[in-house]
Amino acid sequence: MTAKEIIKPENLVYTKTKVMTDVPMHYCPGCSHGVIHKLIAEAIEEMGIQEKTIGVAPVGCSVFAYNYLDVDFQEAAHGRAPAVATAIKRLQPDKCVFTYQGDGDLAAIGTAETIHTCNRGENIVIFFINNAIYGMTGGQMAPTTLEGMKTSTCPYGRNTDIYGFPLKISDLLAELDGTCYVTRQSVHKVGNIVKAKKAIKKALQNSMDGKGTSVVEFVSSCNSGWKMSPHKANLWMEENMFAKYPLGDLKDTEKKHYGQ
Amino acid sequence: MAKFKGTVVVNTDCCKGCELCIEACPLKILGMSHHCNSKGYHYVELKDEDACIGCASCGYVCPDACLTIYKVKL
Repeated sequence: MTAKEIIKPENLVYTKTKVMTDVPMHYCPGCSHGVIHKLIAEAIEEMGIQEKTIGVAPVGCSVFAYNYLDVDFQEAAHGRAPAVATAIKRLQPDKCVFTYQGDGDLAAIGTAETIHTCNRGENIVIFFINNAIYGMTGGQMAPTTLEGMKTSTCPYGRNTDIYGFPLKISDLLAELDGTCYVTRQSVHKVGNIVKAKKAIKKALQNSMDGKGTSVVEFVSSCNSGWKMSPHKANLWMEENMFAKYPLGDLKDTEKKHYGQ
Repeated sequence: MAKFKGTVVVNTDCCKGCELCIEACPLKILGMSHHCNSKGYHYVELKDEDACIGCASCGYVCPDACLTIYKVKL
């Protein structure tokens, strides 16, 4: 059987989802952002909520997320995506609202917005991409940078006596009463990608059901910032990142409503 | 003898040659082409057409969604 005989619409197993646009992505080769964009788009398509979804784009590498996902989008000021998403969801409660933020956006400049949005239990989804570095600006140290990890602003490794400790923001958010679902996923292997997609779908469903804030953290790699090949970056991530940021659900419940 | 036969169609224009699909392929039958696309990246291609089982592992890990996978049951 030749390739020509196999290539027929009825034999299609996997292709690019229609919720993604045909714009080529500006991300570096092998960047985890591409996979996560794809998973969010696939989840939106499978749930049939393309017309009902509104995303909020951050500042960082994923600033152009609105170019790649074919859903309504709003760009927010640096770190303020959860505040913008709060307004959108409160004004249009029947919409499914999500923010897409990196660790520099969510865990550094936007810590206050993130924590207070989660504490208020806004019915939004926060997709948090944690690559332990400021990727867009040239690989500087972020709050999530691991102890001893070398970046362009700590070339001898992160010294916790001077720079403090890696911030486990998802664990912090799981402590708050407003969050309903906090999970940590990764997208470096097929198995993890399938699990991550399930988590995305669950989080989007929680937003529609008004259960509270859902946070989906993706432990991801930044091969350019880490100065490694994409495959080596994934291996490095498995070895070092997962020890500090273990995968799995941190919380799965429903927020308590007023008077309950 | 494999029970499934598949093939991979590469959108060569958007492939950035990150080689993640080559690592993800369980049969290791993907490889880099000697040719470059319009952006100057070497793109991936199916080296052994007969061996592909259409598992779509390459498609799942592709960050740029440039792989389309077809599969037939033999």
